[in-house]
Amino acid sequence: MRKKWSGLALAFVALVFSAAAYAVPPTAEILSYACAGCHGTNGASAGPSMPSLAGQSKVFFIDAMKKFKSGERSGTVMTRLVKGYSDEQIVAMADFFAKQKPAAQTTAVDPALVAQGKVVYDNACKRCHLENGKEFEEDTPVVAGQWLKYLQIQMGEFRDGKRKISEKKAEKVKSLTAAEWEAAAHFYASQK
Amino acid sequence: MTMERRNFLKLLGAGAGVATLGLAGCATTNKAGARKVVVIGGGYGGTIAAKYLRMQDPTIEVTLIERNDHFISCPFSNLYIGGLLPDLSSLTIKYDQLAANHGIKVVQAEVTGIDAKAHIVKTSAGDFPYEKCVVSPGIEFRTNEIKGYDDQIMPHAWKAGPQTVLLRKQLEAMKPGGTVVLSIPLAPFRCPPGPYERTSMIAMYLKQHKPGSKIIVLDANPDIVSKKGLFLKGWKKHYQGIIDYRPAKKVTEVDNKNMTVLIEGIEEVKGDVINIIPPQKAGHIAHVAGLVGPDGKWCPVRSFDFESRNHPDIHVIGDSSIAGAMPKSGYSANSEAKVCATNIVAMMNGRKMTEMSAINTCYSYLSATEAVSVTGVYRVNASSQAIEAVPGSVGVSADLSETEAMYAESWIKNILVEMST
Repeated sequence: MRKKWSGLALAFVALVFSAAAYAVPPTAEILSYACAGCHGTNGASAGPSMPSLAGQSKVFFIDAMKKFKSGERSGTVMTRLVKGYSDEQIVAMADFFAKQKPAAQTTAVDPALVAQGKVVYDNACKRCHLENGKEFEEDTPVVAGQWLKYLQIQMGEFRDGKRKISEKKAEKVKSLTAAEWEAAAHFYASQK
Repeated sequence: MTMERRNFLKLLGAGAGVATLGLAGCATTNKAGARKVVVIGGGYGGTIAAKYLRMQDPTIEVTLIERNDHFISCPFSNLYIGGLLPDLSSLTIKYDQLAANHGIKVVQAEVTGIDAKAHIVKTSAGDFPYEKCVVSPGIEFRTNEIKGYDDQIMPHAWKAGPQTVLLRKQLEAMKPGGTVVLSIPLAPFRCPPGPYERTSMIAMYLKQHKPGSKIIVLDANPDIVSKKGLFLKGWKKHYQGIIDYRPAKKVTEVDNKNMTVLIEGIEEVKGDVINIIPPQKAGHIAHVAGLVGPDGKWCPVRSFDFESRNHPDIHVIGDSSIAGAMPKSGYSANSEAKVCATNIVAMMNGRKMTEMSAINTCYSYLSATEAVSVTGVYRVNASSQAIEAVPGSVGVSADLSETEAMYAESWIKNILVEMST
């Protein structure tokens, strides 16, 4: 009798654990939630050097992850973490973040630099970074409303050649001075 | 596995939705607890579990029970000890915004027990019935393994708060040319790179403020547990002659009067300031509620939803749980909480669970401006059902990095905002 019961118990255990084996593969949500520890809840970053992913272009997100994975884009933790995900999982995360409401950050910007940055934007940026950087075209990212610190870090990497500049971008920005890059960063950070 | 067995399991799998529904049905035998989740512990794991439960299903009533009205982060508290932070205010969160934004009931009370059978959490503020319970109590110390241990004389500073302040005050009061002793327990313990970051921060403080002083590190482990190459590089670069690192030195006894520690009952080491990080185990309530495993220390859990192996409908996350390859870190607890919450919501709504996917990222400071990191992406191994790292995702920084120190600052900002809003 006792044996019979333990047999039944085993069958029950098998039933419970089979539920695990047949769980669905990680969803876009469960994959993307894990990113929030650094990038903020649903990709709305509260950390000045960390980009917001909320509302980011899907095409750009996928492209950025591919470049981190291949080593074409230098990085710190991202070049390692990205290796934990398949191409399909990266697409799912891109989709998740593209759907999120863009973050409203509160960077303090210099109004004079914002005005200068607007001139730089009109001359060198606006053909690809549409609507003051709020809209995107193909593989260009949404840059408006990112934290100033993040923009400064990334623009510094473009300037120093640490982050590769696409050909169409290189043509427009190669003559920009450090002051003009800085002004452009203030301009984008000021956009809501 | 034979074909027959595979098909049999597949059949069971097809009925998994029914099976989970059935389990949820069991839980609701306690009608008072229906659609209620009680979360114990308002730290890195508990706050996030409560928030992500409500984010995904606002029909679930979530109560977060925490003994304090605030939480102080252990990550970054080494920077305060080293003098890089003026106080602990930037590492302190309150629960009011989290409660208001997500409709979480926050109760400040001491949990005294869990009646697993009746599905009731017992507290100093009364009983809380539940359908599911999430336990995220952090760690407790195995002080019985260090004879004579008194944390008011030799602070651990391994739970951020008054202990952290005490250690800093002792360092400030120490005479120049003094000796600091830091004792590291055998792994596993909370925050694997933490003791070595603390070594760096104390050495930095001594170099700047207490000329001629040194720190003796007595590590019970045979070697540096985490980010070894990077720590050694940083120590050589910045703290030559200040750090005396000694592996395989397990402190078993202390003499509070003579300010000495005893290694394996024989070798004596004297210090002016002694920081003992005792060996650890799951948080107190995990023991009271019968959630710890045969080792008497940590809580075995089912890897994809962190349900206790001892009691159904109780989930254990964070430092207390045995989470396979995932380290005991704040980021791990955050990530585990989301996996746990997502699958609790699935179960309570009769949906299939989702396979786990989680991240860990830990930054450590080596100096005022340089930090290093370790990363990992985690999943459940399909055959062993254990949590493993996805190959290639685990790695450490190439070098000490000022950029990573900037990222670390944004990390702590983001994760504390995520916990408190």
